[in-house]
Amino acid sequence: MGNQLTGAEIVFKALNEHGVEFIFGYPGGAVLPLYDQISQQKKIKHILVRHEQGAGHAAEGYARSSGKPGVALVTSGPGATNMVTALTDAYMDSIPIVCITGQVPTHLIGTDAFQECDTTGITRPCTKHNWLVKDVNQLAETIHKAFHIATSGRPGPVLIDIPKDIQFQKGTYKSAKEIEIDTYKPLVKADLSIIEQAAELIVKSKKPIIYSGGGVINAGTKASDALTEFARITNFPITSTLQGLGAFPGSDPQFLGMLGMHGTYEANNAMYECDLMINIGARFDDRITGRVDAFSPNSKKIHIDIDPSSINKIVKVDVPIVGDCLSVLTDMLKTLKNKHSDFCSSNKEHLSAWWKQVNKWREKKSLSYKKDDKLIMPQFAVERLYELTKNQDTFITTEVGQHQMWAAQFYKFDKPNRWMTSGGLGTMGYGLPAAIGTQIANPKKLVIDIAGEASILMNIQEMSTAVQYKLPVKIFILNNQWMGMVRQWQELLHEKNYSESYTEALPDFVKLAEAYGAVGIRATNPKELDEKIKEMVDIDRPVIFDCLVKKEENCFPMIPSGKPHNEMILGPDDEEGISEEGKVLV
Amino acid sequence: MPKSAYEIDQQDNKIERYVVVAWVDNEAGVLARISGLFSGRGYNIESLAVAQVDEDRHISRITIATNGSKQVIDQIQAQLLKLVPVHKVATYPIDDTSIFRELGLVKFIGEGENLKKAEQLCVDFKFEFLDKSSKSFITQVLGTRREVDEFVKKIKDLGQISVSRTGALAMKKGPETVKDNKGKVL
Repeated sequence: MGNQLTGAEIVFKALNEHGVEFIFGYPGGAVLPLYDQISQQKKIKHILVRHEQGAGHAAEGYARSSGKPGVALVTSGPGATNMVTALTDAYMDSIPIVCITGQVPTHLIGTDAFQECDTTGITRPCTKHNWLVKDVNQLAETIHKAFHIATSGRPGPVLIDIPKDIQFQKGTYKSAKEIEIDTYKPLVKADLSIIEQAAELIVKSKKPIIYSGGGVINAGTKASDALTEFARITNFPITSTLQGLGAFPGSDPQFLGMLGMHGTYEANNAMYECDLMINIGARFDDRITGRVDAFSPNSKKIHIDIDPSSINKIVKVDVPIVGDCLSVLTDMLKTLKNKHSDFCSSNKEHLSAWWKQVNKWREKKSLSYKKDDKLIMPQFAVERLYELTKNQDTFITTEVGQHQMWAAQFYKFDKPNRWMTSGGLGTMGYGLPAAIGTQIANPKKLVIDIAGEASILMNIQEMSTAVQYKLPVKIFILNNQWMGMVRQWQELLHEKNYSESYTEALPDFVKLAEAYGAVGIRATNPKELDEKIKEMVDIDRPVIFDCLVKKEENCFPMIPSGKPHNEMILGPDDEEGISEEGKVLV
Repeated sequence: MPKSAYEIDQQDNKIERYVVVAWVDNEAGVLARISGLFSGRGYNIESLAVAQVDEDRHISRITIATNGSKQVIDQIQAQLLKLVPVHKVATYPIDDTSIFRELGLVKFIGEGENLKKAEQLCVDFKFEFLDKSSKSFITQVLGTRREVDEFVKKIKDLGQISVSRTGALAMKKGPETVKDNKGKVL
């Protein structure tokens, strides 16, 4: 029994085996043995956040921008409950996170001990899987399983709850190579016959559209290359969900922009009118479909997804393909090249009428807005930010609300893993900690959190983290003093009853930045915007950029709740009545 | 192939009763994972029966009677299969291709003529007596859900009863079985 290790040593040995370089965490009573280990080793760097939720979102930002799992370490009780939002966020957006929580010693479990909570019970519905480790000899194996489950199949968060006495006890280390999970074998490769069936539809279609999603990003950068090649070979118009932005170059003319509730007119109309929809790694989210029974009524639908439960969950499809986007797209490209070489080499004459129609929709210029000489329009601010940062490899995170949608509409992503936003859960306060995780994973790169003044206050404490680790993240606040999206909904759906959506006492963001030891910049008119953005980009320190924008601007186009894709509101002059049924929807 | 996907499912929206069977690792919290999935996603559990069926492999068989459209049942199956401790899932529509059984214990308390009638009812149903006293008996009730319901309804009219029922158990008729990922019969 010579090579016996303590539980805490086992944890770090296992993390080393999985190549972990950073842990985002916050210490507390039930994880002190683990923190003893942190100071005694050099391979893994601990990033001390200021709130456990920040650790979770930082781990998400790290994971999304690097393609590697994010690791978080927090204590029992409040440490664990503060992590719940981040875990749920990662679960909804399929982000691989390994979260380690401390737990009270095994003999105190169930006694309502100090800082005890039923962590595995609370996190069961918001993790892909979780474990309470009650035997130190199971610890290494559990950690290996956790990494495997978090990163394979449809990725997601996992949690390992380790009682304090287990962290002290000695046990045997087991290598990751010895681990096998009988019951967990995600399908990666799809059946070739079904891919051939899809290829037949692809070759024949006259009004096709590719609708790609976050699954392509999760399948790795090669999947984005395969998607791009697929789009090139077919010459099909392509649109993307919020999470899929960057998988296909956003500045490419073949790209129709984002679809869905705040998607472009051309993308949504093409979805409605198409005869073939190819869903690649998206999940027919309600922000995408609008009214489901009027969703793309005349199309055949191909759905590629690694999660079998995504198939036929919301929208019935004609050709379901369960598999990893990279594997399926690779097989699809092979099938098209081998069995339909005429199609691949044709000039796609049969699509010209469709493209003509798509371009006609494009002429609506649905993202246009009224320019203003005196006030900064929020759309203009994002446009300028894009123009002034597009020539360097820029990473964008966001909070949640109007600014997030304007960022998605006006910032164009040409590469995957450059866009980190909370889509499924819609977590205000996500952007700053995610930017911190992103900056950790990409030390020399420009990382900007496009924020709203309400969202940023939800995790503003992480400024302190950014300053401590000299992370030059830029927080670009579109400050309209309103919870903009709440105000917009109140205006359009609740008879302009602006209940509690105005923030009366905002901090002075420039002084706030300075108080944290960062730099504050304020822009108040469009003329000075470019100069100040350049100033921000050039500063090699964290910056809060307080961009005062027009207060009552709404985010358009918009598909109101309960409406199908072809009934969009294009702007303030185009507000049709929203049905009573629609008002009940979220 | 139909013209569009919307033409496929018109009949499938009919709500029917199904029995869902899941083979799971018999570990702490596994039942909470399953029942939490049902409550969290708004599926109904009509009845539930759980016990370990394979001591060596630590596998429990969970049998859940539920209702829903074919689409909902397919979704339940897919969601259950995503849970890590779940080996396999089978769904049985309630028809004559499968066997369904429920077990119940019924204690009857009564006197005189009614006690006699109640005893005769058990004999008619071919149910066994497990305990008898001058004012009561306990009978073992076995059958489909409908048979158990019918018996309980009848005996209730004759006196006071206390009923304990299991959830439904289900098995496909014939030699067909479900196998785990290693090819072993579950």
